[in-house]
Amino acid sequence: MQREGSPFTGVGAVFLKEYADHLSSVRMRVLELLVVAIGVVIVAFAIVNMRETVTRDEFLFLNLFLYQREGSIVPSLLGVLAILIPLMAIGLGFDSVNSEFNRRTMSRILAQPIYRDALLLGKFLAGLCTLSTGLIALWLLIVGAALITMGVPPSGEEVARSIAFLFVAIAFAGVWLAIAMLFSVMFRSAATSALCALGLWLFMTLVWPIMVEVLAPMLATPDPLAARLGLPSDSQVDWYLGLARVSPASLFGDASMAVLQPDPNMTRIPTIGMLGQLQGMVRGGALPLNQSLLLAWPQITALIAAVIVVFAIAYVAFQRQEVRA
Amino acid sequence: MTGIVIEARGLRKDYGAMAAVAGIDLDIHRGEIFGLLGPNGAGKTTTILMILGLTESSGGTVRVLGEDPIRNPLAVKRRVGYLPDAVGFYDNLTARENLRYTLRLAGMPRTDAERRIEEAMARVRLAEVTDKRVATYSRGMRQRLGIAEIIAKNAEIAILDEPTSGLDPQATFELLDMIRDLKADGVAVLLSSHLLDRVQSICDRVALFNHGAIALQGTVKELGQQVLGAGHAAHVEADGLDIERKLRAVAGVQKLEREGKGWRLISDRDVMADVAQVVVQGGGRLQRLAAAEPSLEAIYARYFEEHQDAA
Repeated sequence: MQREGSPFTGVGAVFLKEYADHLSSVRMRVLELLVVAIGVVIVAFAIVNMRETVTRDEFLFLNLFLYQREGSIVPSLLGVLAILIPLMAIGLGFDSVNSEFNRRTMSRILAQPIYRDALLLGKFLAGLCTLSTGLIALWLLIVGAALITMGVPPSGEEVARSIAFLFVAIAFAGVWLAIAMLFSVMFRSAATSALCALGLWLFMTLVWPIMVEVLAPMLATPDPLAARLGLPSDSQVDWYLGLARVSPASLFGDASMAVLQPDPNMTRIPTIGMLGQLQGMVRGGALPLNQSLLLAWPQITALIAAVIVVFAIAYVAFQRQEVRA
Repeated sequence: MTGIVIEARGLRKDYGAMAAVAGIDLDIHRGEIFGLLGPNGAGKTTTILMILGLTESSGGTVRVLGEDPIRNPLAVKRRVGYLPDAVGFYDNLTARENLRYTLRLAGMPRTDAERRIEEAMARVRLAEVTDKRVATYSRGMRQRLGIAEIIAKNAEIAILDEPTSGLDPQATFELLDMIRDLKADGVAVLLSSHLLDRVQSICDRVALFNHGAIALQGTVKELGQQVLGAGHAAHVEADGLDIERKLRAVAGVQKLEREGKGWRLISDRDVMADVAQVVVQGGGRLQRLAAAEPSLEAIYARYFEEHQDAA
């Protein structure tokens, strides 16, 4: 049956209300605090160390995002963001739909002349905007800190690359926000929803990389030549990369590396879920910006596709849900 | 101002093999208060949700102000106000902000909305606390805020699900007053309740739900005649010799039974004048003589007594 009227009626109203709620919430204070702390601490750490080790570097500014001291347990900014972004996205999304039921506002809101589409989309956009606000603030903080402490303005290409990275980070945030919202639709209890989202995140971050290591050799086509040489076969490498990329963090890491690291030798690092793999980068010839973007394009589209797919599942689940509590 | 605003024909809702609502017919007219009565789980809320288009029906048709709430829900919801059972508001926002959000969702221009919020809050006597956070509101105040939302939205139909449940008598009284005010504005009110005596005082017509079907429908008086099986009921208290025999002898009296200090008298016509005459002429003292409006409670109790196999 065809329904009449636009599904977007009311998206603006929902968005503004939810965005205002987020901005005035305690969670936003936490996000702000983390942004400032991370921005200042990581950048200061990188700058102090880079002063000691600097040789001539064309992409000094981009190095701020990637810098990690050899053998140090302090992760790079990229490594911190790979952990922080999912946590913040889950923090903003895990109770977005079920809280309306728990506050008993859902039936009252849905009795207004809007479709359910508008409510879900408005909430998602508000969450994404809140995360973007935090990420943009962090980005500006880093640029500012770098300008003040290093006195070297970033080049046009570096700014373009870091903006591309910002975009990748927002897409990554969108994936986890959509996942958190899916759980908030599926479970009426906010605690269950938060626990499930965090559980999935932990699984993707800790368990999945290990499973990839185990599964890839099992699934790969045996290759006698490679076995004789003691090397992983081509098929095994393909399985390894393919499985690792199921994890959004791996996509984020790959795309970010491709964008932030103009040196193509470093871009086939399969996952940054394991921070150690960022160590010991070797720099060779740099790629131009458009080639780097091309390199990262499959990961970027995969991230955006993941956002759309998860959101669509949440949407269908929400449409089928009974209104009465 | 007559005309049917809500029309349901053969409306049903199945959950698996169980029928929550099993084919009901309803007509609700403009400017009347219609009560849906029945025990919890009888299908009242499901019916309301289907009228609002918030739940899809399994069969039958609903027309609300001439529109199909499933096919064109926005047009319906724009003109219908809904106060859910145990209504909730955003506690961290003020009443004004809550209403502003709802009205913005309803697509009302901002300047109109501000004016209407002031008016509505004054109507439900919450004007002084408009800018207080809803977290500080009592349950009765929340219900009134829900009514304010319906007034501010300028709804033509108000659907209230258990509006008085959990309220103290004073709050209930005030709320019923506000519902009467809605009716005075020409709003059709559909309310559900299991609190019979309260509902009886304001409803023009009621429908008695039982297991997803409407068992009885009509004015309270009609229901009384159907269930209690009599035209007129009266309560008589009188002293005097052999009064009971005399009362029984009055033409038209069908039944006489003790009730409190007097008798309950059921007759097929209005016999009040005759009764008074008989008592006084017989040398008795007439202490009380009143036409007894059939109480919904009695109708309800009697109905479920008679249909115990169904209930």
